[in-house]
Amino acid sequence: MEATGFDTWVVSLVVFLPLVGALAIMMIPKAYEAEVKLVALGSSLTALIIGLYITIQFDYGSAGDLQFVVDKGWIDVINSRYIVGLDGLSLPLLLLSLVTVPLCLIYSWNHVPEPGNTKAFFVLLLILSTGMNGTFVAQDMILFFVFFEVVLLPMYFLIGVWGGEDRRYASLKFFLYTLFGSALMIISFLALFFLSKDSSGELLRTFDMRVLTDVAGAGIIKSTQVWIFAGLFMGFGIKVPMFPFHTWLPDAHTQAPTVGSVILAAVLLKLGTYGFVRIAIPFLPEAAISWAPWIGLLAVIGIIYGALGCLAQNDMKRLIAFSSVAHMGFVMLGIATLTDFGINAAVFGMVAHGMITGMLFFIAGSVKERYHTLEISRLGGLLKSAPRMGWILGFASMASLGLPGLAGFWGEFPVILAAYNPGAGMPEETFRTYMVIAAVGTVLAAGYLLWLYQRTAFGEPPEEFADHEIADVNRFEWIAWTPLLVGIALFGVWPNLIFNLTDDVVAGITASVEAIAAGG
Amino acid sequence: MDVLHAFTRPLLDWHALAPELTLLAFGTLITIVDIIWDERSKQIMPTLAGVGLLATLVPILTLAVDGTERSMFGGAYVVDDFSLVVKALFLISGYVVVLMSIDYIREGDYYENEYYTLMLTSLLGMVMMSSSRDLISIFVALELLSIPAYMLAAWRKGGPRSNEAGLKYYLMGVFASAVMLYGMSLVYGLAGSTTLDAIAQELGSGPSNPVAILGILFVLIGFAFKVSAVPFHTWAPDTYEGAPTPVTAFLAVASKTAGMVALIQLVFVAFLGRDDVIQPFFWLISVLTMTVGNLIALRQTNIVRLLAYSGIAQGGFMLVPFAVAADAPARAIEAVVIYLAIYAFMNLGAFTVVLAVARKTRSGEIDSYGGLFQYAPGLAVAMTIFLAALAGIPPAGGWFAKFGLFRALLDAGGGWAAGLGVIVAINTVIAFAYYARVLMQMWFQPAPNDDERPIVVTGALGAALVVTLVATMAFGVLPGLVGHFGDVSVLSALGG
Repeated sequence: MEATGFDTWVVSLVVFLPLVGALAIMMIPKAYEAEVKLVALGSSLTALIIGLYITIQFDYGSAGDLQFVVDKGWIDVINSRYIVGLDGLSLPLLLLSLVTVPLCLIYSWNHVPEPGNTKAFFVLLLILSTGMNGTFVAQDMILFFVFFEVVLLPMYFLIGVWGGEDRRYASLKFFLYTLFGSALMIISFLALFFLSKDSSGELLRTFDMRVLTDVAGAGIIKSTQVWIFAGLFMGFGIKVPMFPFHTWLPDAHTQAPTVGSVILAAVLLKLGTYGFVRIAIPFLPEAAISWAPWIGLLAVIGIIYGALGCLAQNDMKRLIAFSSVAHMGFVMLGIATLTDFGINAAVFGMVAHGMITGMLFFIAGSVKERYHTLEISRLGGLLKSAPRMGWILGFASMASLGLPGLAGFWGEFPVILAAYNPGAGMPEETFRTYMVIAAVGTVLAAGYLLWLYQRTAFGEPPEEFADHEIADVNRFEWIAWTPLLVGIALFGVWPNLIFNLTDDVVAGITASVEAIAAGG
Repeated sequence: MDVLHAFTRPLLDWHALAPELTLLAFGTLITIVDIIWDERSKQIMPTLAGVGLLATLVPILTLAVDGTERSMFGGAYVVDDFSLVVKALFLISGYVVVLMSIDYIREGDYYENEYYTLMLTSLLGMVMMSSSRDLISIFVALELLSIPAYMLAAWRKGGPRSNEAGLKYYLMGVFASAVMLYGMSLVYGLAGSTTLDAIAQELGSGPSNPVAILGILFVLIGFAFKVSAVPFHTWAPDTYEGAPTPVTAFLAVASKTAGMVALIQLVFVAFLGRDDVIQPFFWLISVLTMTVGNLIALRQTNIVRLLAYSGIAQGGFMLVPFAVAADAPARAIEAVVIYLAIYAFMNLGAFTVVLAVARKTRSGEIDSYGGLFQYAPGLAVAMTIFLAALAGIPPAGGWFAKFGLFRALLDAGGGWAAGLGVIVAINTVIAFAYYARVLMQMWFQPAPNDDERPIVVTGALGAALVVTLVATMAFGVLPGLVGHFGDVSVLSALGG
């Protein structure tokens, strides 16, 4: 559906307003800190408001179709176009990204981590925001690629400049891993460009994702498809991150400043899973069927490995980071089932994980600020010294372990169900085994989260902090956290808010997979 | 052999020769002004040189608007869209180098006037190279551009390193010329003609002939020296480090571009039919060049040496499309031309920052970049953009250059091309590791000795920065700009 009038601008505005804000801030001298903050918050809030306008104007009856589409010439020589638009799959993730950034700005309002420099910190957050928003709405592979890469440098600097002790190592590791993945990804994109044919066997030579979704890999022989999928798998799988490419994640999370971790967990990881659902599977359904059991295998290894990793951690942030590996394992398992149910749950899981883990990282940051340590063995008694924060940590932990009634549940439970009965053409026994393993993973998740909660929140405050005044949740934290807490509860009791949006798109994807499975 | 006896005066197309003549006129003018005004002329020399370069762009524009392909001397000298695009590229890079040189040369107590004369002469050779479609004119152009460059490399004649730089460059260059000439003589012996078109006809088909293979290989190896491809790169790091930094930038960009332009003409016009030689040769040499260049760059502690090895690796990337020259000629030329254009700006930009920083720190060590983001955020951001571009990270320009490589490889298709693509991908990652070391110093480390005095960026360096920065970003965000030139240059070179 081509947009008209003001609607032709809204998606581009949402994407580029933060960038405009960033450029404006660069013009403001460093000394005018208040103005810098206001411009940053203003531009990201305006983007959010326009995002809400989109949400209101969005035609929920046809959530499966792209809406607010703009299709303009961009790089004519390679036939790449500026195509943006969103459907029920993009919208929730775009909103997640739009909400997260202003919250992070508010959280850092008066305490930008060492070594300070609010201006640079906010500029990087805004550039990051443009990259993330753009990735979720781009409908041209080259445009997608550019946005996908735009996030790298800002995140690299966020970790490298404002991070912890080992920040140099962590930031470089983050960058090299993702860069390697995306270099292989672009090769696959080009292979799709050169090899895709339409139904009459004509070469398409297009980067238009709508067209490539429609042709669904027709005309590319299976062995080639499998190779192209491998490149996409590297690009997206490293970003997710999937076992065995996950090792950059705990380092990056542990060293990143609080809001860096929040954005990384809430949005950046989703770029990978989104890529699977938006690009890898619909473009190459035949290869997806061959790959799915292996993706499922890596996913369940991730679930168990992440959970065991959590149990071994003594650092709160590192523990949450490993829990991300496990949770993203659930998301990937859902995707690997190639069923309606599984992929819907996976998308739900992305949003839920974004909110919950984002929340957990916020708390970890605040704990670190008050205790100057995240060593779990040195913490304790949070419920006594800062009761509100203690309760919020409890709430987020419960959500994270998948307590029914909170958002985390809907990202995990349906995935496990879906694995019982995977999509057409896939080995049932294998997936049922995965189901059992994943179920064990939820038990482990309950174990490590409750243990974390018990060790940090229960009991008496440790002696070494007895003299310290541990402040409870402050005003900025309340503003930054409330939306997430509300979201976690709201989507927990009313999951259809998201399922209704995503279902049409997912149905389209699984239909093409089924058609291939039936035909082959 | 009638040609030798019955001499007819060759037709001269003055319009087609106007760029070369303008450049020549300004080079001569600088010398004459120098003789007449002596000391007083120093002030206006850089201006004169800059104006000369910009003035030369005028006939190039009129020729481009005119659009007809002009051929002279029996096809030995051709003015087509390809040549116009690269001529313009040479002149603009030359202009940026002049901007970079002004303060360096003035403050260094060196000969100023001769510097600019030699630079214009070298550029004249490059401009001629763009039009040469004949072994002899290629050779003449090559010597014309190289000999002034040897002298420029040894410009700081008081410094032993600069002398070493010049001498090494000279000896290696002469050696390469000798090898190439031998190869050319073999090719001529088989083809019976020196024009590339005729060579293509004679060598392009028929069974494999060991003499032809040897001839082609020797010619290509001669240019492999010029573009510092591994294993013929050994002169480059020492020369780059020892030469005055603006000259290093000139060698790393303009001189390398000239070598690539010659290779494009030789490979795509003359040797395209001999893909049994060129494909394996370029596959191997591009893999070696980018991998070895990158791996050695990882160990560098001096920024100029790092850029030298990075330049070698970048040269390896540029050689990649040659490996699929026969399978996807149009895409391959396009990829090389686009890469050259983007590379010129991002690399010159990086060198400009190096010059600006060195004005304060007087050091080329990467360690001296600590705290740059704190006391000179503008330069730090500019350097970040240039390095990101060199590493190929969107939205800075370089990504489109790398994209062009992948595009050419996948258009050609096949396992060897795809394998090369994966090697390029891995090398991209290795390359970022050393660009990141500079980024880390600038952003993450404190200033050495807490010396946070700001850096004064002179007007000329500022102008060079603006030009390179705008071009680098514009190519990244609107790659169509440069893509168009790539597109244009394809048709003519293959058509000729």
